[in-house]
Amino acid sequence: MAENVTFHFDVDGENFTSAGEASVLVKKKLRQLGLSPEVIRRVSIAMYEGEINMVIHADGGTADVTVTDDEVIIVLADRGPGIPDISLAMQEGYSTARDNIRALGFGAGMGLPNMKKYTDSMEIETELGVGTTITMKVSCKDA
Amino acid sequence: MKIGQIKELLDAELLCGEEYLDHDVFSACCSDMMSDVLAYVKDQGVLLTGLVNPQVIRTADMMDMVCIVFVRSKVPTEEMVALAKEFGIVVMKSRYRAYEACGHLYTAGLVPAPEEK
Ligand SMILES: Nc1ncnc2c1ncn2[C@@H]1O[C@H](COP(=O)(O)OP(=O)(O)OP(=O)(O)O)[C@@H](O)[C@H]1O
Ligand SMILES: [Mg+2]
Repeated sequence: MAENVTFHFDVDGENFTSAGEASVLVKKKLRQLGLSPEVIRRVSIAMYEGEINMVIHADGGTADVTVTDDEVIIVLADRGPGIPDISLAMQEGYSTARDNIRALGFGAGMGLPNMKKYTDSMEIETELGVGTTITMKVSCKDA
Repeated sequence: MKIGQIKELLDAELLCGEEYLDHDVFSACCSDMMSDVLAYVKDQGVLLTGLVNPQVIRTADMMDMVCIVFVRSKVPTEEMVALAKEFGIVVMKSRYRAYEACGHLYTAGLVPAPEEK
């Protein structure tokens, strides 16, 4: 690829039904770009978990994906409540989701650890009452 | 196991994906928690679930799954079936409950999806 490819999405926080649409589209685009199935899988799972989090915990936000020759960079930004204790939130099984979210099939406290597992780097910037921005990178090299 | 054999074993009604019935699948998982499906399984071809919402279909797409079985005669919406069609995923519904449906498939040789380390 000569130039970087970028995608931008607004993630609707009002409507759970559409949650995950951005990740589905990104997956389709990455297939068209011919990235390896393993890279696509890792990006898909990490972004989908993050997108769902924005909907269920933060009233939506934006997703920006950049594909370079070397890596896929995913930036998920929201203006939600922020995360009070990142290391606690990163623990497997820690979730503040209520029963209504569990009834939808989410809220096991596995999303953030899963995002970390499937990406080569993950940074969380968060401020209470202001919002959260998560930047994840997946290398295209290790197919 | 062929996807068509799953349909037979579960006495299931096919909702979309007839063209893929002769595709092979090697493992399955069963959960109503999409969080767990995303976190715990790899190379799973088949998802059995009693949860009905579009995230079931999207989760299956993210995980490269090829077949979804709704148990307990749960009926997915037309939108969900359309989404699955777009993704090339077979969707069927079975009157069996989850435990029984899994038992039938397991006995016939369809093993669990290996857990990811
Ligand atoms: N974007 C966000 N804004 C605010 N809080 C968040 C955000 N993402 C995660 N959190 C907090 O971190 C906790 C852990 O997130 P994680 O994704 O690991 O689990 P979960 O979303 O609760 O459940 P699961 O991902 O298994 O469906 C959440 O319960 C929530 O309290
Ligand atoms: Mg989550």
